[in-house]
Amino acid sequence: MSEHVRYMDRTRDYYVSQGYEKPYQWAHHTDVPFSLLTKPLSECRVAIVSTSDVAIMGPDGQRDRSNEFSVGNVYSLPSDTPVDQLYSRQEHYDQHATNLDDVNAYYPVDRLRELVEQGRIGSLAPSFHGVYTGYSQRKTADVDAPEAVRRCIEEEVDVAVMTPV
Amino acid sequence: MCHQTVSLVARQLEAAGIPTVLFGTAKDIVEHCGVARFVFSDFPLGNSCGRSFDAVQQHQVLELGLQLLEHATAPRTTVQAPDVWGDDDTWKQLIFTEEQPFLSGEALENWLAAKQRYRDQRAAAQ
Repeated sequence: MSEHVRYMDRTRDYYVSQGYEKPYQWAHHTDVPFSLLTKPLSECRVAIVSTSDVAIMGPDGQRDRSNEFSVGNVYSLPSDTPVDQLYSRQEHYDQHATNLDDVNAYYPVDRLRELVEQGRIGSLAPSFHGVYTGYSQRKTADVDAPEAVRRCIEEEVDVAVMTPV
Repeated sequence: MCHQTVSLVARQLEAAGIPTVLFGTAKDIVEHCGVARFVFSDFPLGNSCGRSFDAVQQHQVLELGLQLLEHATAPRTTVQAPDVWGDDDTWKQLIFTEEQPFLSGEALENWLAAKQRYRDQRAAAQ
């Protein structure tokens, strides 16, 4: 098994080769907040919080182009939306190696429902939350993340499953 | 980049008292940012929660995360899912290279347009 891909090095070299002069400064923190689980998972209410840009298809079962390129802000989707009505608007994935046809591979709604049925987790929160991938770490930290936290607290979420694409 | 954003949000959820577990494929970005619990899959960007259309494998990945929630006692706890993507590791060598640009065609145009909208929003806000 070969080494995992070092994306920070790889993208820096790539964008330098494309003529971008200033290397991107990736977020780095020495301190990491940590909360312990305070009750059994079988009693926990779980929400997905994701940057995989998942949206609900239009009424015709097609991608809804009208909301394709909204930028910024946190949005919420009903957690009981059938998976076949969901799709990802993301384009920033490895388009040569994989595709986003299986929403559960980056937004595990069906798997979490099955875990509820099995009693492994307690329940799903009414809403799952999407956060747009930001160019600005400051906007994510000052605006979007606090809003995602507020929505989770409002729905009394015990555990958040975090998924990028 | 979406690994970084979701890591930043996870940090604030933890700070607010909500335990998190992050599933991802970009190990360096998540660990550089620093999160509480992380399940790393050595899969391409796009398969953070497992192999497409493989419910059994996806459940194995999720279960690793649930066990982290139950047993991790300190932040920066990472576990790696045991699966490999395939026999061929070419995808690792090609991603973000001049030989195989990450974005091309419409995806590249959309990215450039989104960057411009962001600049415009910033300019309008100032």
